[in-house]
Amino acid sequence: MSRSFRRLATAALFILPGLILFSAFILVPMAYSFRISFYDWNIVRPERSTWVGLANYAHALRDPIFRRAVLNTLTYAAVTVPGQILIGLIVAVLLNQDIRGQAFFRVVYYLPVITSWVIVSLLFEYMFVGQSGLVNYVLKDVLHLIPRNILWLADPILAFVPIHLLGIWKGVGWTAIVTLAGLQAIPEHLHEAASVDGAGPFARFRHITFPLLRPTLVFLFIVLTIGGLNAYISFLLITNGGDPLDLTHSILTLMYEATFTRLDFGYGSAISYLLTFFVFVVSIFQIRLLRQRVEA
Amino acid sequence: MGITGQRRLRRGVTYLLLLAGVGAVAVPFWYMVVTSLKPQSYIFEMPPRLWPHSATLHNYAAALDTDMFGLYFLNSLFVAVCSTGLTILVSSLLAYAFARLQFPGRNALFYVFLLGMMVPPVMLIIPQFIVAKILGLFNSLLGLIVVYVTMNLSMQTFLLRGFFEGIPRDLEEAALMDGASRWTIFRRIILPLSGPGLAVVTIFTFLYSWDEFPWANVAIKEAAHRTLPIAIALFQSQHLTEWGQVFAASIVALIPVVIVFVIFQRHFIRGIATTGIKG
Repeated sequence: MSRSFRRLATAALFILPGLILFSAFILVPMAYSFRISFYDWNIVRPERSTWVGLANYAHALRDPIFRRAVLNTLTYAAVTVPGQILIGLIVAVLLNQDIRGQAFFRVVYYLPVITSWVIVSLLFEYMFVGQSGLVNYVLKDVLHLIPRNILWLADPILAFVPIHLLGIWKGVGWTAIVTLAGLQAIPEHLHEAASVDGAGPFARFRHITFPLLRPTLVFLFIVLTIGGLNAYISFLLITNGGDPLDLTHSILTLMYEATFTRLDFGYGSAISYLLTFFVFVVSIFQIRLLRQRVEA
Repeated sequence: MGITGQRRLRRGVTYLLLLAGVGAVAVPFWYMVVTSLKPQSYIFEMPPRLWPHSATLHNYAAALDTDMFGLYFLNSLFVAVCSTGLTILVSSLLAYAFARLQFPGRNALFYVFLLGMMVPPVMLIIPQFIVAKILGLFNSLLGLIVVYVTMNLSMQTFLLRGFFEGIPRDLEEAALMDGASRWTIFRRIILPLSGPGLAVVTIFTFLYSWDEFPWANVAIKEAAHRTLPIAIALFQSQHLTEWGQVFAASIVALIPVVIVFVIFQRHFIRGIATTGIKG
């Protein structure tokens, strides 16, 4: 038995467990789902499925409910991504000072991040309930900002207030910690030198902190955008999966409904591939960045 | 105002803003705790109180006892522990192969694994559902475990490979000279030197498995096999008004997460800061 064969056998032992799992539950499913998306898929008797070509994709692109779901998802990303980055940046700058209770603040700010989406979605739903919710009470009876209770969850636009707020509230802890790491990597002497030259705090932020923090912010932007495009649990639980009138879907709640409620697996797969295409484009940038971070 | 006065003012504003942030995080959680302690008749009281005036543990007893949340807790714990253990094993084996072993197609294979980080997890649900049915893994906790391990493989392998590459090669080369096998080196040298890296993998996989909802929601139809996230969501959709019990169950689900987080807080923060992994 040659040495190269033994070497190969050793490598195989290390690789096979992972490769088998990865093939069975990621590679094969991806290919399978691609195939399904070209069929009017029969889940009970797959052999009776009929080939429909690109009809599922065409259907999605014409479907007003899908278009609305795309709009909702993009809006969600457009609101929550800058929201998380901006507030996270402020928190990070505040934490990056000589203050007491660092660990305490970090733990508290991180708490929403580690809490399950299911729990916080239900919590926000409860706070925004129309008749007796905490939010209406504060707005109407404490601050007198609104004349009567707002039915947040019954309105196809206002339902996004709790969803967007939750998206920001839950994510700030993570963006703050990542940004803080970026801030701490900036050499102290740059700030000192600028101070000596008479630069104020805002000038220092604009000309030193911000440019050096840019890679971190770009990284956050990409990862959060991918996360935003994949928004699912909060939409599903807070709007009951599209209520009212299928106007509040995200791309994924619509995919889920098409597949597991209407059992239209072909259409569901086409939707998921359309989403994957968007995410893939964004991800290519992400992988490049990850490589840079590792090499740096 | 002198320099110290200015500095003191700035410090005051910093604390004030940070405490305002703490308030924004804490009020919803506090409201959840208070609601879980309210008797059902006070759930929709006006004005809503941030202090329960007749606190009771009734909701906890009801959730754990009549609604089987005790069982769901054990299911979640079983799934999270098994998924975490298996992920550590499988991804560290892979990471070692990618970091140290020579074999044809190594780089290509590594890129294939990176693909796993790009695929949106929910997109895989439909075909995973079909594969799980074929393999008889539908409606079983094992079906959850294998999928959770697989979904974590790419990220954790990537992370550990970076970690293993940072370990000096001298030790290994000496051991190889002495005739040690790769497996022995992996077990006796690499793993013991990788404590912090493995801690990061442990924390993230545990939290992921404990909180995962979309796949469990599809794969588990039998009540006895539910994990906490799907049990809580389902309970709420069936008992629309019983928020006290919903939040009692939520808090029970949250306790292990908070414990794990507080204990491993340092590893955690460092893990996020150095890898940019998303919790």
